[in-house]
Amino acid sequence: MARYETILPQLYEILRPHGQDGQALSEETELVADLDLDSLKVMELLLEVEERFDISIPLNIVPDVRTIGDFARQIEQLMEHR
Amino acid sequence: MALLKKFRQLADARKALTKVSEDPFRVTIERLLSPTEAVVNGRPMILAGTNNYLGLTFDPQCIEAAARAVREQGTGTTGSRMANGNFIGHLALEKELAEFYGRRWCDVFSTGYLANLGVISALAGQGDVILIDADCHASIYDGCRMSGAEIIRFRHNDTADLHKRLTRLGKRCANTLIIAEGIYSMLGDRAALVEIAALKQEHGAYLLLDEAHSLGVLGERGRGRSEEAGVEDSVDFIVGTFSKSLGATGGFCVSDHPEMELIRYASRPYIFTASPCPSVIASTRAALRRLRTEPELRLRLWANARRLYDSLKELGCRLGPEPSPIIAVRFGGGEEAIACWNSLLQQGVYVNMILPPAAPDGGSLLRCSVSAAHTPDQIDRVAKAFASVKATFSP
Repeated sequence: MARYETILPQLYEILRPHGQDGQALSEETELVADLDLDSLKVMELLLEVEERFDISIPLNIVPDVRTIGDFARQIEQLMEHR
Repeated sequence: MALLKKFRQLADARKALTKVSEDPFRVTIERLLSPTEAVVNGRPMILAGTNNYLGLTFDPQCIEAAARAVREQGTGTTGSRMANGNFIGHLALEKELAEFYGRRWCDVFSTGYLANLGVISALAGQGDVILIDADCHASIYDGCRMSGAEIIRFRHNDTADLHKRLTRLGKRCANTLIIAEGIYSMLGDRAALVEIAALKQEHGAYLLLDEAHSLGVLGERGRGRSEEAGVEDSVDFIVGTFSKSLGATGGFCVSDHPEMELIRYASRPYIFTASPCPSVIASTRAALRRLRTEPELRLRLWANARRLYDSLKELGCRLGPEPSPIIAVRFGGGEEAIACWNSLLQQGVYVNMILPPAAPDGGSLLRCSVSAAHTPDQIDRVAKAFASVKATFSP
């Protein structure tokens, strides 16, 4: 079962291409404010994350995901309830 | 001041748009000349973006039925059916729609938007799952949000993706509603319904199909994509609208599930909205009779749709994947679409402009909708206007 600590580095890997060159990513990095993701990019990102972790992410959780850390916690929960 | 601050972004976007374009939200139809022609913003215009698929908005039988209803029953119902009672026309239309689809139950709503809102939000609730095609209409998304169910998107018309997501849900499929559209409103493509219906059966889920753009357009009797695909028995709920092929305003849902009759008691968009006006119900009933008895309307519609699709394809326009009465010309960026839309308007052709993020894949569209009432000459004039636009903007 993937845990928060193992999910985080995979999220960094997926998100790195969306950041500015050399931008450091952390649990506190905000998806919209820091990475400047628009709604379309968020949808693309969801598909990529779903593929990577073999989960379906309900749209309902999107408003609760502000930081990369939030995202990793939601993924962890979805994998636990699979 | 803070309450209204969020509108600043909209105002800026509109200001930027109207610097380079006529305001698409201020297109004013000043005078209608026929189902396919009007005076728009002071200019004579071919209407090629109105969803008037069977061209019945000026049908003499529909107009007479509406006029008689106004004279006999007045201009409005002034309240909801729950509080103020049914007009006999509401019940008659529900019976006729149920008969048309060969279903036991039908609920009529005041608009197609409310039909999706009302049915989806009553059917699914907390603990349930809704699987929606990514390209579904905003009314479906809004109904899903209102339901409180878990909302999961599957890739547009990608049945392998749908299968994967159903498999992940496992036993929860019994509480899952799959939603697709007969013809998708943006690109005019059909649902992969044979495969979707098979997946629905295999996993034991429910299936709701929105036939808003396919009623009167597809199927031998005009019942839509589910009839054309031969899978009507697998579709639990069919939602439709009166505002396209039937030339009025309103919506409905038909089903064989007896719970359909109870949905009207559990659906806020049904309970708390004024019921459709007698004139609207009367013209819709007349239009449904025309749709049922005159398949030649569909033949004319498809001849026109293929004529325009083929002409635009020959011009090298990037179109939706298959001919249909919705013909979407795709553009990468919004600027080119805006320029082309304005040029078409100058030449007397009105189509719909769809800008990001409303269009699929972040692109832009000019969307034509073809009518059985268009003449071949009008179709050719639309194609000719696109030809001049292509020459100007996409050498």
